[in-house]
Amino acid sequence: MAFDTTQLIPLLPEIILLVGVSLVLVIDLMVTDKERTWPFMLTLFTLLAAGCTTVMLADGTTQVVFDGTYIRDPMSDILKASLLFLAVPVFIYAREGLMKSGQWRGEFMTLTLFAILGMMVMISSNGFISLYLGLELLSLCLYALVAFNRDSSKSAEAAMKYFILGALASGLLLYGISMLYGATGKLDFPSIAQAVVGKESDIVLVFGLVFVVIGLAFKFGAVPFHMWVPDVYDGATTPVTLLVGSLPKIAALGLAMRILVDGLGELQESWQMMLIILALLSMALGNLVAIAQENIKRMLAYSTISHVGFIFLGILAGSDEGYRAAIFYVIAYAAMAAGAFGVLIALDRKGLEVDQLHQLKGLNEKHPWLAGTMLLLMFSMAGVPPTVGFFAKLFVLEAIVSVGLTWLALVAVFFSIIGAFYYIRVVKHVYFDKPTDDVEVEVGGAAQVMLAINGLAMLALGLFPAILMNLI
Amino acid sequence: METIYLTIVLAPLIGAIIAGLWRNQVGKAGAHWVTIIGVGISCVLSIYVLLGFTHGDAESQNLSLYTWMVSDGLRFEIGFLVDQLTAMMMAVVTFVSLMVHIYTVGYMAHEEGYQRFFSYIALFTFSMLMLVMSNNFMQLFFGWEAVGLVSYLLIGFYFKKETAIFANLKAFLVNRVGDFGFILGIAAIAMYTNSLDYAEVFEKSAGLANEQITVFPGTSWSLMTVICVLLFIGAMGKSAQMPLHVWLPDSMEGPTPISALIHAATMVTAGIFMVARMSPLYELSETALSFVLIIGATTAFFTGLIGIVQNDIKRVVAYSTLSQLGYMIAALGASAYAAGVFHLMTHAFFKALLFLAAGSVIIGMHHDQDIRNMGGIRKYMPITWITSLLGSLALIGTPFFSGFFSKDAIIESVHLADRFGTNYAYYLLVAGVFVTALYSFRMFFLVFHGNGPRDEHAKAHLHESPWVVTVPLVLLAIPSVVIGWFTIEPMLFGEFFKDAIYVDSANDVLAHMGEGYHGALGFVVHGVMQAPFWLALGGFLTAWYIYMMKPSIALDIKVRFDWLYTILDRKYGFDELFQFVFAGGSRMLGKIFWKGGDQFLIDGVAVNGSAHGVGWLASVARYLQTGFLNHYAIAMILGLIGLVGWFVILQ
Amino acid sequence: MIALSDYLIVSAILFSLSVAGIFINRKNLILLLMCIELMLLAVNINFVAFSYFLDDMAGQVFVFFILTVAAAEAAIGLAILVVLFRNRHTINVQDLDTLKG
Repeated sequence: MAFDTTQLIPLLPEIILLVGVSLVLVIDLMVTDKERTWPFMLTLFTLLAAGCTTVMLADGTTQVVFDGTYIRDPMSDILKASLLFLAVPVFIYAREGLMKSGQWRGEFMTLTLFAILGMMVMISSNGFISLYLGLELLSLCLYALVAFNRDSSKSAEAAMKYFILGALASGLLLYGISMLYGATGKLDFPSIAQAVVGKESDIVLVFGLVFVVIGLAFKFGAVPFHMWVPDVYDGATTPVTLLVGSLPKIAALGLAMRILVDGLGELQESWQMMLIILALLSMALGNLVAIAQENIKRMLAYSTISHVGFIFLGILAGSDEGYRAAIFYVIAYAAMAAGAFGVLIALDRKGLEVDQLHQLKGLNEKHPWLAGTMLLLMFSMAGVPPTVGFFAKLFVLEAIVSVGLTWLALVAVFFSIIGAFYYIRVVKHVYFDKPTDDVEVEVGGAAQVMLAINGLAMLALGLFPAILMNLI
Repeated sequence: METIYLTIVLAPLIGAIIAGLWRNQVGKAGAHWVTIIGVGISCVLSIYVLLGFTHGDAESQNLSLYTWMVSDGLRFEIGFLVDQLTAMMMAVVTFVSLMVHIYTVGYMAHEEGYQRFFSYIALFTFSMLMLVMSNNFMQLFFGWEAVGLVSYLLIGFYFKKETAIFANLKAFLVNRVGDFGFILGIAAIAMYTNSLDYAEVFEKSAGLANEQITVFPGTSWSLMTVICVLLFIGAMGKSAQMPLHVWLPDSMEGPTPISALIHAATMVTAGIFMVARMSPLYELSETALSFVLIIGATTAFFTGLIGIVQNDIKRVVAYSTLSQLGYMIAALGASAYAAGVFHLMTHAFFKALLFLAAGSVIIGMHHDQDIRNMGGIRKYMPITWITSLLGSLALIGTPFFSGFFSKDAIIESVHLADRFGTNYAYYLLVAGVFVTALYSFRMFFLVFHGNGPRDEHAKAHLHESPWVVTVPLVLLAIPSVVIGWFTIEPMLFGEFFKDAIYVDSANDVLAHMGEGYHGALGFVVHGVMQAPFWLALGGFLTAWYIYMMKPSIALDIKVRFDWLYTILDRKYGFDELFQFVFAGGSRMLGKIFWKGGDQFLIDGVAVNGSAHGVGWLASVARYLQTGFLNHYAIAMILGLIGLVGWFVILQ
Repeated sequence: MIALSDYLIVSAILFSLSVAGIFINRKNLILLLMCIELMLLAVNINFVAFSYFLDDMAGQVFVFFILTVAAAEAAIGLAILVVLFRNRHTINVQDLDTLKG
């Protein structure tokens, strides 16, 4: 087949990002520490350009290019656009934090941009090969980023654990893929979808499916494949935790949708049951253990695990409504997580990271704006109306109720009530406790403005959820 | 048009936000300018919208602006239903609100919390507009609660004053009772029609007219009656009808401008507006209308009586408001919705005027509100005097004044109506006319005539209020006098409310009245020959005789009819009843539940017990995270084995 | 003739060995890295065997990608190992227990 250059058009966002990251890599070699604003500006510009391109290309159609390995469809558009636009606040917060700890190096930008590129490839993959490449591009960048603070033994330990477990998970995923390949003889999703029709109970297929689901569950951090999450969140420097905790969730959802829905939609009955188990375990363990945490980064890690349970609920509903709810949830969650870690970064001091709950005490007296932002974010995570978190949960619950899994919805509500406790506890510390020290909060202008927008967006999207929902 | 409606609603909101959030940046002048401009814009546009209906060919519009969420087929929306009824309410609300804003500049000039006050009243205007412009029950409820909230905040505006705190708590609690009924009514509507949209509900309600439901085992009630009575309980709270009227007199603890705006002209009429808006529902239930009628007439007469013995200038006006609200409600109960709404409009002007005039007197008297200390103020405050006189004349129903047309129409329609309780209501309403004239002019004479203020110090400082106070008085006095003459024909007998209000042809007393209607002059001539006119005159003369000619009579009557005086002074004992029976009873119940239920069962076992349980579980579960890499790997492998075992080997 | 199942059994045994190695080994991190390589090789055997018996090239193409990625992965892993050793002066798996709970 002759190569047609118009096939490159659906890839424009990825191409822009690739060109941008290459430029950042080169420019960063030539600038001094003080001039690092330039590559940073270029980074932001690249993200915005790629994001706008994604929006412009989004026309509701589906395009498959590169011999069926790459796909651009409405789902990839919304996921990629939100990924790229959310990356902007992530970078702004991360820069603030890295500047404070004196680690503002160019590698952060290049590695993160490559990670984002990997996520975009994952989201757009139409076959296992491109999916695996995107996944590994993301993972390898994240392993390196977790060890970004070279002088911290905690970071190194977290990176090592993440790497070993991540490699184990990729191994399991690959083994599953090889089984699926053996059972169907195909590696691209549409052909697999055709090949599995009528083979719902093929033992090899289900065997492969289990391994693939485990690979997915690891990427999300679902119980019992969650062990890396708290240690990585805790061990990595906060700007990296911010990245690990927000954007990859969007990509993981893309991954799950591609494999489970596009590829193995026929096996829904099997993977629905697996996801139910994982979701229940995640919601139970995540919410429970989060209560016992004094370290806020670990607390947010366990909270992530519980949110993953909710995202799984959306997917396992297996209906269009459910998929949309999951997409809504994951985008809202990424924004919430970015904001929450952003607030922690804003509280960081020169050379000292804020990661203990008691360090948030009396924040309202020190910095009312940040306190208000934290309030909105925590309420949103807990699912208090009218924040966006409430609607995210509501849509998911509606979706599973409408497919007849009412008992699951009730269990989910039960665990969210338990979960509300530790979010509200943060609010209590922020508003009702006396500060334990009198250190001033120093936060840069850009980060402060971005945080205020981030917090208010949680409220605005809660008041007008249709703005986001109509895009999905 | 959509932009215009949005501007009308949002302009006051923006003003409120600026004046509220940036109160230190904009300063006093900034705060009153932004809010006045905001409300001014809404007022001009509202009048434009109204003119579109009266002089243009505007059609009623039902716009859905934004769907907040859809849950199980039930749509939660924000939308506007703008028809004649709404347009009239918008014009009245924004006009009175604008006047009050201007007036406040003078009234609150030396008070603390100046910006806060402006922010609140602009916010109130926004909420009230949301309420009247709503096209669905959810937004109606939002507006309903939002005006209640602002009212609560404003009654407690002087939050350092204990009585103010008590009053706003009381208003809050009493309104909760009403709102409870209201939300139950809305819930019943949502349950049976599966819709919150007015148009859809009205459409479906006709089919539910004969539906019977069982609320308590063994009883069978008409669904529509239950819904209408529940909604009306909400109206009773908001429009302060007996026995939920107790909060309104106490609400006078708030600053006078809000007494005029919220507790006389607009918010308290929300109940009347709501019932008129729901006329298609009420027309389906004769029982509910009778209930409305009886409550309204009772309130109209008995609260008027209390007004005679009050000595606080604002409380007199407050009881007069209660009584007038009773008239409006009674009109609704007689299916003369248009007459009720008509009285709502005229009343908004003259009662706001009377309150603002009272406020002007209060400024002059340096915040002394006792009418026994006043007197002879006419000489010092001529503009306040003349506008008060016009307002009082309108209130008592002097021919050609606005109040005459609206009140006469109500009494006449109740007379013509044919349902349970009309006779009772008719006699009370007619007797109420005498009472109205008596208390109005008692106050008027005591304040403005007779010998000057007792306190020499007060006398020396007494002078007319500044122009920001008097201009609104004059601007309100004009419609108080003339508006009835011009609008009676289209509003009562014409086609103005044809689309907005639905009246079953069998109940249509106004149409019946319209047959004998020959122009406003004819209405006046006819009215002069009726009992109410002579009763009003009698009331006026009695007041004049007692308080101008022979003040000793008043004391004499008070001594001789001591029991009656005590009853009235105690306001029939409603406060005591509520205080001891309901408040005391519920506190006792509360105590039982608190000790037995809450502290032992819920706190001890459920909350603390489960919290401890969860806490313990959490502290145990965290040890799963041992920190050892091989344990993590084992967990993953165990997960793998579990899943493979379940899905591959078992199946 | 060697049947497909024979290849699959070999690969499964290799895979199990590597998995066991990951969680039984408590001493040396480098051993873990080797186990991971072994696991990928097991997968590769699977792919090649399927590819051959299904007569489909895609599987072998996938193997090339896996090999490449595995090389990159090993590089990253060793880099992290160096960082860890610099900070801790040990590469003992059992000493990695400061993050827990």
